[in-house]
Amino acid sequence: MKRLKQLKPGWGVLPVVIFLAIWEIVARLSLIPGQFFFPSFSTVVMEFYYLTANGVLGDNFLASLVRVLIGFCAGSVAGIAVGTVMGWRENINKALNPVISLFYPIPALGWLPLLMLWIGINEALPITIVFICSFFPVLYNTVTGIKNVDKDYIQVARTLGASDVKILTTVVMPLALPNIFTGLRLEAGMAWRVIIAAEMVAIPTGIGALMMRAESLIRIDIIIVCLIVLAVMCLSFEKFFTYLEEKATARWR
Amino acid sequence: MPSIKLENISKYVCRDVSLEIFDRELLVLLGPNGAGKTTLVNIIAGLTDYKGSVLFDGVPVDGLPASKRGVGYLFQDLILFPHLDVAANIAYGLKAQKHPVSEIETRIDRLLRVMKIKHLSRRYPKHLSGGEKQRVALARALAPSPRVLLLDEPLSSLDAQTAKYLRTGLKQLQRRLGLTTVYVTHDLQEAEEMADRMAILEDGHLEQIARPEEILFYPGNEKVSDFIGAPNILDCDYCHSLGQGVMEVGCGGLSVVIPHDRDLVHRIAFFPRDVYISETRPPGPGVNRFKGTVAGIKLADDAVRIELKAGENSLLAEIPHHIFEDMDLAVGKEVFLILKLRRIRVYENRDL
Repeated sequence: MKRLKQLKPGWGVLPVVIFLAIWEIVARLSLIPGQFFFPSFSTVVMEFYYLTANGVLGDNFLASLVRVLIGFCAGSVAGIAVGTVMGWRENINKALNPVISLFYPIPALGWLPLLMLWIGINEALPITIVFICSFFPVLYNTVTGIKNVDKDYIQVARTLGASDVKILTTVVMPLALPNIFTGLRLEAGMAWRVIIAAEMVAIPTGIGALMMRAESLIRIDIIIVCLIVLAVMCLSFEKFFTYLEEKATARWR
Repeated sequence: MPSIKLENISKYVCRDVSLEIFDRELLVLLGPNGAGKTTLVNIIAGLTDYKGSVLFDGVPVDGLPASKRGVGYLFQDLILFPHLDVAANIAYGLKAQKHPVSEIETRIDRLLRVMKIKHLSRRYPKHLSGGEKQRVALARALAPSPRVLLLDEPLSSLDAQTAKYLRTGLKQLQRRLGLTTVYVTHDLQEAEEMADRMAILEDGHLEQIARPEEILFYPGNEKVSDFIGAPNILDCDYCHSLGQGVMEVGCGGLSVVIPHDRDLVHRIAFFPRDVYISETRPPGPGVNRFKGTVAGIKLADDAVRIELKAGENSLLAEIPHHIFEDMDLAVGKEVFLILKLRRIRVYENRDL
C-alpha cells in the first residue's frame, strides 16, 4: 500500500503519455483527412525547439508574461486593498457596492474597444485589461472572506485589548486568506486567457499575437506550441497559488 | 480587583437590572436560555451598547471600549484563533497591549505551566481536545492580568466528567488569583458548586441574588422556586444527633434522618425528583419512609407531579410518565413516601 502511494504521482502522467502517443500515431498514419492541418506531436516538439532556439517564442512569451505579472499583481493588490476596506467598513461597502456591482458583470474583454480608444494600442492596454480581469473577482472574494469571519473572533480580540487595525491585520485578514486565495487562484489562470485574447485582437507582440501570425501562415504546429505554452502557464499560475495557499493555511485549517 | 456595579441596565430582554458583584467574588448568573445572561456579561465587557451604567470600583466605565476595560472573557464556544498555535493564542492579548517581549515569554511560560498545557504550546486549536481548548482559552483570557473575569458557559461543550474536573480547577484558580468573576450557566448544580453568590435571571429580570443555600432554602418567589426545581422545604421543629454523621430532625410531624452532624438544623430541602412513591409498604428499615395522601396530580411534559400530604407538610413528588402509568394513583389515595438520604439538603441555623 505504501509503495502504491509512493508511485501515485507518477500515475498522473500516464494519461498524458497515452494521449501524446495516440496523437503521434494518428498524425503519422494520416488517419485524419487533411494531414497538413494536423501535425504530429514530434513535429510540434521540433517547432517548439526551433522557436525557442531562434528566440521568437522566448520574446513573445516574455512580453505576455510581463503584461500578466504587472496587470495581475496590480489588479490583485488593488482588489485586496479595496475589498478589505469594503469588507471591514459596512458604510463604505454600502457606498461602493452598487457601482462595483454594475461593472463586475462586464467581461474584461468587453472593455477592449473602449480602452483602445482611451489608452491607445500600447503596452498599457493589455496590462489594463488584465488589471480589470483580476481586480473585480479578487475584490469580491476579499469582501466575502472578510465578511465571513466569525464576529466572535473579533469580539475576543477586542476583550484582549486589540485595536481595530490590530484585529484587522492579525485576526480578520488571516482568517479571510482562504477566500482571498480562491480569488487569486482562479484569476491567475484567467489572466492568461484574457491576455492571449487581447494580444490576438489588438497587440502585435506576445503569445496571442504569435498565434495570429501563425494562423495567417497556416502554421498549425506553431499555434499548437502556443496553446501548450498557454496551458502550462495557466496551470502553473493556478498551482503556484494553490501551493501558496497551502503554505499559508494548511497548518491550521 | 474591582467590585462591579450594574445600575438600571436595559438591553434586549434585560430590563432595569441592578446588581453588585463584590471584590474577589464569584457571582454566578443563573437562568434559562434567553434570560439575558450573556447580554449582561457582554455589557460588563463593553461588547455592546446599553442603557444604564456599569461601574468598576465605583467609577463608570460606560465610555470605555472593550479593549480598555481590562476584562478577561471566556466565551461559550471558547473561540480560539484557529490560525494561531496555543502559545500565540495565549500571547495575543499581551502583544495587542504591547507588553515587552521578555515579559510576554515569561507570562506565557508561567500560564502554560499553571494550566498544565506546556506540551501543547506549538499545537493548533484543531488538534486540541475540548478540555485542552478550555484551558488554552482560560490561559488566554488570564494572560493580560484582567481586573475582571467573565465566563460565559465555558464548560457547556464538554462531557460531564471533564466539566466537573475543570470546574474544580477553575474555582481554585479564581480563589488563588482573587479575581472578581462573573460565571454564566443554566445548570443549577454547576452554579451551586461554583458560586459565592447566585443571581437568578428570568426574562431579563433579576429575580433574586443571594448565596446558593439561601436561594435553595429561601427562594424569593415562585419563579425562582420553579427554576431551581421547586424543592420541598421543611422547617425543623427539633433535631438531635444520632452519631455516625447523621441526625434526626422533626419537620411537621415527620421524623427525618439526615446526613449531618453539626450545629442546629434550621431547614431541610429535597427535590421532588428525590421523593419515591410506593403503593405498598416499602421493605427495609422504617427510616425516611412515611405515610402520605395524594392531594393532587399534575401531568407535565417531562414528568408527573404528585402533590402529597405527609404529617402537617404539603410535599411535591415527581415521577416519570411510564412509572405513573404502571401505578394506580388517585387523589385521596394513601401511599408511602421514601426520601433519598443523601439528597436531603440541610440549612444550618445561622443569620442570613
